[in-house]
Amino acid sequence: MSDHSLAHEGGHGHETAHAHPGPKTYVLIGVVLAAITLIEVWAYTHEALQAVLVPMLLSLSALKFVLVVGFYMHLKFDHPVFTGVFGFGLLVAASVITAFLFLFHQYPLPIHHP
Amino acid sequence: MTQALPVLVEAAPPPTSPPSEPLVLEHAHPSIGGLDNRKVLMWAFLGSDCMFFGTLIATYMVYKNRSIDGPLPREIFDIPYTSVSAFVLLLSSLTMVLALSSLQRGEERRMRVWLIATALLGTVFLGGQFYEFTTFYHEGLTLSRNLFGSTFFTLTGFHGTHVAIGVFWLLALAAHSFRGRLHREHSLLLEIAGLYWHFVDIVWILIFTLVYLIPD
Repeated sequence: MSDHSLAHEGGHGHETAHAHPGPKTYVLIGVVLAAITLIEVWAYTHEALQAVLVPMLLSLSALKFVLVVGFYMHLKFDHPVFTGVFGFGLLVAASVITAFLFLFHQYPLPIHHP
Repeated sequence: MTQALPVLVEAAPPPTSPPSEPLVLEHAHPSIGGLDNRKVLMWAFLGSDCMFFGTLIATYMVYKNRSIDGPLPREIFDIPYTSVSAFVLLLSSLTMVLALSSLQRGEERRMRVWLIATALLGTVFLGGQFYEFTTFYHEGLTLSRNLFGSTFFTLTGFHGTHVAIGVFWLLALAAHSFRGRLHREHSLLLEIAGLYWHFVDIVWILIFTLVYLIPD
């Protein structure tokens, strides 16, 4: 059986647009995720990278997010409806975070002295 | 319309004796357009959980650097220790997806090994979080100590609760399998549990970066 031939063979094959990847792909993704985490920690400990640390960490974190959602959660291979349902929630969450950060950076909270 | 109804009644087949074999309705789950409703529902839940964690992360970030007194993040965070926890949770995602792959191949014994490994790794992560919380408490950081303590414990505490629920779910599935009730044709049950587990992992990916690694 080839690495990419495993679909939902348990009677639910009708709901997948494409076959799911196999163990080799999963292990490869796991190695990549571990390597990215190592790079993140390495970047955190290096003073020379402080200027680009935040965008670098955010990019690496987003890459890990996409890899897990795309391959381990099979969103890359499943029906687009699942991407839409999840993506809507994700979009709202990202909008809330962005809006709050913008608002409170524009109008900083007063420091309350007890 | 009033004349059509009697025709329909007449056209209905006469009542017959009960079929010799009962209908297997317990496996006939409703679906929309070929998509199993349980899987759609899980994705909808995960989407709503994104909003939940989004608000908690937003609150943490808004109140970042606004604590009047310590302990502050840079004083108590142990990045190498938390990195190991992050590795453990990433590894548990790999074992989870390998468990699903094994069940889809019909390798139930191997699936149980990966499933129990996933639950164990989740338990290790929880143990690490308990140790971290205890250490922070002894260093003076409590839920009501300062803004950092309130937002940090709320965010990571809710994430830990999600992990704990996931561990119970995985153990329940493992017990189901040991009783011979989780076979290849039930792989969707494991896939749905896996979706939840991977979601817990991606939330930690964000928390690890936004809370621990990005400097004050």
